[in-house]
Amino acid sequence: MGVQESSNFPVIRTVGLQGLLVTFADKLSEPSNRAALAFQGALEQGLMTGVIETSTSLASVFVRFDPSELSHDVLREQLQGLLADRDWYAAPLPEGRRFWRVPTVYGTDLAPQLAEAADAAGMTEAQAIDSLGSARVRVLTIGFAASQPYLGTLGEEWDLPRQTELTPMVPQGALVQAIRQFVLFTAPAPTGWRHVGQTGMRLFRPEMEDPFALRAGDELIFEPVARADFLRLREDDPLNGGATVSEIAS
Amino acid sequence: MNGLKVLSAGPLMSVQDMGRPGLLERGISQGGAADVLALAEGAGLLSQGAGLAALEMGGIGGTFEAVGTLRIALTGAPMTATLDGVALTWNASHLVEAGQKLVIGAARRGVYGYLHLGGGIDTDRFLGSRAAHLTGGIGQAVTEGDLLPAGQDAQREIGLGLEVEDRFSGGALRIVKSFQSSLFADDVLARFGDTQFNRGVRANRMGVEMVSDGEGFSAAGQLNILSEVIVPGDVQMTGDGKPFVLLRECQTTGGYPRIGTVLPCDLARVAQSGNGAALQFDWVSLEEGLAIQAKHDAFVKSLPGQCQPLIRDPLDMADLLSYQLVGGAVSANADPFENGENT
Repeated sequence: MGVQESSNFPVIRTVGLQGLLVTFADKLSEPSNRAALAFQGALEQGLMTGVIETSTSLASVFVRFDPSELSHDVLREQLQGLLADRDWYAAPLPEGRRFWRVPTVYGTDLAPQLAEAADAAGMTEAQAIDSLGSARVRVLTIGFAASQPYLGTLGEEWDLPRQTELTPMVPQGALVQAIRQFVLFTAPAPTGWRHVGQTGMRLFRPEMEDPFALRAGDELIFEPVARADFLRLREDDPLNGGATVSEIAS
Repeated sequence: MNGLKVLSAGPLMSVQDMGRPGLLERGISQGGAADVLALAEGAGLLSQGAGLAALEMGGIGGTFEAVGTLRIALTGAPMTATLDGVALTWNASHLVEAGQKLVIGAARRGVYGYLHLGGGIDTDRFLGSRAAHLTGGIGQAVTEGDLLPAGQDAQREIGLGLEVEDRFSGGALRIVKSFQSSLFADDVLARFGDTQFNRGVRANRMGVEMVSDGEGFSAAGQLNILSEVIVPGDVQMTGDGKPFVLLRECQTTGGYPRIGTVLPCDLARVAQSGNGAALQFDWVSLEEGLAIQAKHDAFVKSLPGQCQPLIRDPLDMADLLSYQLVGGAVSANADPFENGENT
């Protein structure tokens, strides 16, 4: 029996005074992530008075509300009703998703932890580049920083733990890896994940009409390019570093 | 355009308002003023809306020159303040004439002081707010040479003051259990409530470190928890079990477990506690927490009515003739909530 079928899930719990969290699993899985995306989509269709916003994390939906307008009990009851409405784990992915091909340098001085990650995954560097560079991953959730995606799910061989020591700083556009996921960094930041690739993507563009490059549900491939080609692409296209995007037919 | 020219600025100075709710899904926390009660106090003192932007000054203020005649108010962490060399009362509103020089010095207690302009600071909005969210890559710090433009000021009233309860010296923080509290053993939860903490040196607009003697506060399975949503007030335990209270500009998700969530009404006390201030956490039930917060919200709504004309002691007035002794009497009874001017 999969964890998502466990009798403990889905579960509704409080988040501080002003939030409820609907959680579909305590581990990342395809069905629980799809359930979270679909449940949030349904909630957004008919927002109750007093709900301020909703957001998804890897396997949960967060509902922030004003308890002076909407009581915990009433909201909980409505969420329970919506949960019972259908099998959320079997829900399709949302529509209007996009597919990005992102030129990526693996290793070199631009992404110095590829060798270490390949070693931990039991591969040569070339094998690691083949594996990571051909994986089509999905934006499982946006979080931590503006427009910053958690991407997955990579194969079991990439179930590497976070580092015990933080890498003091990775640059904007850094592709880092741990626990069967990538994170693509919006801005320079310290991280416990390994810096395996470097892209020229700028994920948050405050000067543009739509400042957010990615949405939950979008899919990406981080295609290997040579260091020299990457540098040229980044210079020619400072926004996306040569990445191309197309609609995913639903 | 009326406003304040910044002649010199402390290092942690930025324009802040109530922030940007509704962007969690895009990875942006609400942000806004570290002490939103100070925003409401300034709005009350100037009889204007609490959604207007003010200048937040961390630790130390700056020097400003008035362009045009302005009303100002000073709230939050009390700082030394003078206008053309004459001391100004904190938690009060004042008139500043064109060309006058306003000097705001170091905080005497607390961390964040606020300088409000009549009509608010009218910089451009981005995604619905004027607040700088520096960790999120939005906006910039205010620096020397900037002009802080004042919005249209529909009011004239000055010389109001407000009695403010001390939230600048630490104290008790009411905390409720949250969805990860059960990852902590009961005795750890109890010990957390019994422990005396001091504000640590690692503190900014994202969060504040709490230090204590004795062992840390660790959760079961601490290192393989799925990253989950974070809300302001969450008390996050780092790898070594050291608590950080997260503030309004916190990250939106995180993998460190959270032992509970400090009530929104006590977050100003966290942000305003100076280095070393003594703090402790009082567990309250959800029902108690909701009642405490509702009472606080009603109190904030009552602030405009609590602003009273300043009573000045002539002995404190170095230059009696420079004071506008009748300035506060123009419309001291105005209630901006009653006449709709607060919307």
